[in-house]
Amino acid sequence: MIVELTSEPIDVPRLIAHVNKPSNGGICTFLGVVRDNAEGRPVVKLGYEAYESMAVAQMRAIVQEAMQRWGLDAVALSHRTGELQIGEASVAIAVGAPHRAEAFEACRFIIDTLKTRVPIWKKEFFQDGAVWVEPVSSQPSAG
Amino acid sequence: MPETKLTPPTEPTGAPATINVRVLFFASLADLMGGRQRSLALAAHATVSDALRELAQSAPDFASRVPHVSFAVNEAFVGADTPLSDGDELALIPPVSGG
Repeated sequence: MIVELTSEPIDVPRLIAHVNKPSNGGICTFLGVVRDNAEGRPVVKLGYEAYESMAVAQMRAIVQEAMQRWGLDAVALSHRTGELQIGEASVAIAVGAPHRAEAFEACRFIIDTLKTRVPIWKKEFFQDGAVWVEPVSSQPSAG
Repeated sequence: MPETKLTPPTEPTGAPATINVRVLFFASLADLMGGRQRSLALAAHATVSDALRELAQSAPDFASRVPHVSFAVNEAFVGADTPLSDGDELALIPPVSGG
């Protein structure tokens, strides 16, 4: 398993190579990339901040849950920190599975769960200021 | 002191009367609190709620943010009634937006 936070551009081929095992028949990847607008308002760049030690621990727990639930032997998950330009990948997931259904489902589960409880925050930079994105609906639950 | 009170101590010998916890702030909370961390002295057996009450003294807008904040002690999500121990790391986690 690869689980990491990185301030460098994500090496997507490395993640794919990690999950390309002989026993796997499908690899599903997901990239979250920096969009040039927030609901129509032009975005010039993004910044990501993490509670790094806890974020990595949460990411590892999510990946382990996915591997157990879908019986996977290889998953890679990488999230960027720091400043990102339009088009750069902020998060990358690669899931290898014997058949495609498990790969798609596990990949979807990992990104959806990451967005609800991994302590990482996005800051949107506009021409005239910046705001932290803190959607109240994504508040993780205690316990 | 030569004169000692006869009242028995409420704490077993060796237990500190106060505890120190390290509080971490992130994203907009770091902006609001003017920094990413703070050391907080609390009464022994203080809970996360007690720490929040203390922090609210130093920032007028803090209390209104608390309903949207999650808490982690030593990197595990906890409820507000969780007791704190000396040396704990209490992280205040605004709604997350990774991905």
